[in-house]
Amino acid sequence: MTINVSMTVNGAQVSHDIEPRMLLVHFVRETLELTGTHWGCDTSNCGACVVRIDGQPVKSCTILAAMCDGHEVATVESLEVEGQLDPIQMGFHERHALQCGFCTPGMLMTTRALLDENPDPTDHEIRVAISGAICRCTGYKNIVSAVRWAAEHEAATANREG
Amino acid sequence: MQTPAAFEYERATSVDGAIASLERLGSEARVIAGGHSLLPMMKLRLANPEHLVDINDLTELSYIREQEGEIRIGAMTRHVDLLRSDLLAQHFPLFRDAETVIADPVVRNRGTIGGSLCQADAAEDLSAVCAAAKASVVIRGSGGERVVSMDGFHVGPFTTAVGAAEILIEVRLPVRPDGGSAHEKVERRAGDWAIAAASAAVWMQDGTIGDAGIALSAVGLTTIHVTRAEELLRGKAPSDELFAEAGAIASEDCSPASDGRGPIDYKRHLAGVLTQRALRRATARALHQEA
Ligand SMILES: Cc1cc2nc3c(=O)[nH]c(=O)nc-3n(C[C@H](O)[C@H](O)[C@H](O)COP(=O)(O)OP(=O)(O)OC[C@H]3O[C@@H](n4cnc5c(N)ncnc54)[C@H](O)[C@@H]3O)c2cc1C
Ligand code: FES
Ligand code: FES
Repeated sequence: MTINVSMTVNGAQVSHDIEPRMLLVHFVRETLELTGTHWGCDTSNCGACVVRIDGQPVKSCTILAAMCDGHEVATVESLEVEGQLDPIQMGFHERHALQCGFCTPGMLMTTRALLDENPDPTDHEIRVAISGAICRCTGYKNIVSAVRWAAEHEAATANREG
Repeated sequence: MQTPAAFEYERATSVDGAIASLERLGSEARVIAGGHSLLPMMKLRLANPEHLVDINDLTELSYIREQEGEIRIGAMTRHVDLLRSDLLAQHFPLFRDAETVIADPVVRNRGTIGGSLCQADAAEDLSAVCAAAKASVVIRGSGGERVVSMDGFHVGPFTTAVGAAEILIEVRLPVRPDGGSAHEKVERRAGDWAIAAASAAVWMQDGTIGDAGIALSAVGLTTIHVTRAEELLRGKAPSDELFAEAGAIASEDCSPASDGRGPIDYKRHLAGVLTQRALRRATARALHQEA
């Protein structure tokens, strides 16, 4: 049996007939072919699959696509706008916050959500925010530094413009 | 790749509608709340429901409010809201203690108090929190509502008083004067399930402990209500010696299993130490002496 699900993904309305058991991570990667979202542990432990649903970061391996019907989903592909990287992406670049890059999409979506809520987080607050995300390469230090870079960059930009 | 076995899916638009669906679909139907316990179990085929009734649209079940001398929490209230609620932290600070260490912030965006309690996993924190706080829950079926205490709610491992076509709709915490509470947990790493955890609440009366609640996570097949230690504390003046005695009872009355999180004697030891710490902190809070 299939059901129809419709939702907004990165600002665009999508509608597909899927099996109710399809997890959001597979809907995004396979049905929508948005492969930026990574799929790692499958057990809600690694955080590689994090997307935002109505603004909140959620592990997409542990929610049904059907449960997102009528909601707004944002994946890592939404960060870059018209060739312009989001400051969080620039921070990861500036501070060398990735090596293999497997954890990066989830890290970006999780920390973007953090900055939207708390524009000036402490190192500790950043560590708490990413405590559900595993990075096997960086040792986290550069990720924390990248988030601080983005926070400072955004504050400086707001000052200049304000 | 782990994907649940096939099932049919529907969304409830009201509590009574969800109950009617459960009744119509029979014993192979389940409600899905945050899905953060149910979907992992379905991936592993530990749960194989044929129908899921999604209750995430029932936003009327998402609230924390004070009413008739109780703090009332709707079943769909998510961990993140329990963590942030100042009302809850003011009357029952053990919730904030627990919510800072339940899973990680991303999981806390989805998991609900109703799902946590109904899952009734002995390792889960909120069951011990609610048991220590002497909570009761409101369960609704087509025949109406009943209010069940946590003693009556925990029936066995992964089993609660909630019947097949019933839904837990609310948790009620009676507010009594001069109360204090705390939750203490030791885990292997950030966001992990407890190796052991202890919840404690005390209500002071004329310098002595008028009533106490103590419950343990992850050291038995079910949440352990340490009623023997609660009885010991009633009517006594708080002291470290008394809390050590209560801790010793907790060590004795739990029944942990040896696993990747540690051997039995270590977990018994932890249960005792954490009970003592939780009692000390709960009492300091009741007396407004917290360091
Ligand atoms: C990586 C990870 C780490 C975690 N760590 C911890 C931890 O350290 N401590 C901890 O306590 N928990 C932990 N959890 C569990 C988490 O708190 C879950 O969110 C919670 O146990 C279940 O809530 P849920 O809303 O997701 O329930 P669901 O998975 O939706 O449901 C669980 C069960 O309850 C039933 N149910 C749900 N709501 C109702 C209702 N209102 N009425 C009747 N039945 C209902 C469902 O049918 C199902 O059987 C962790 C989870 C994950 C994924
Ligand atoms: S794949 Fe979802 S948390 Fe690891
Ligand atoms: S960069 Fe390799 S896992 Fe994080």
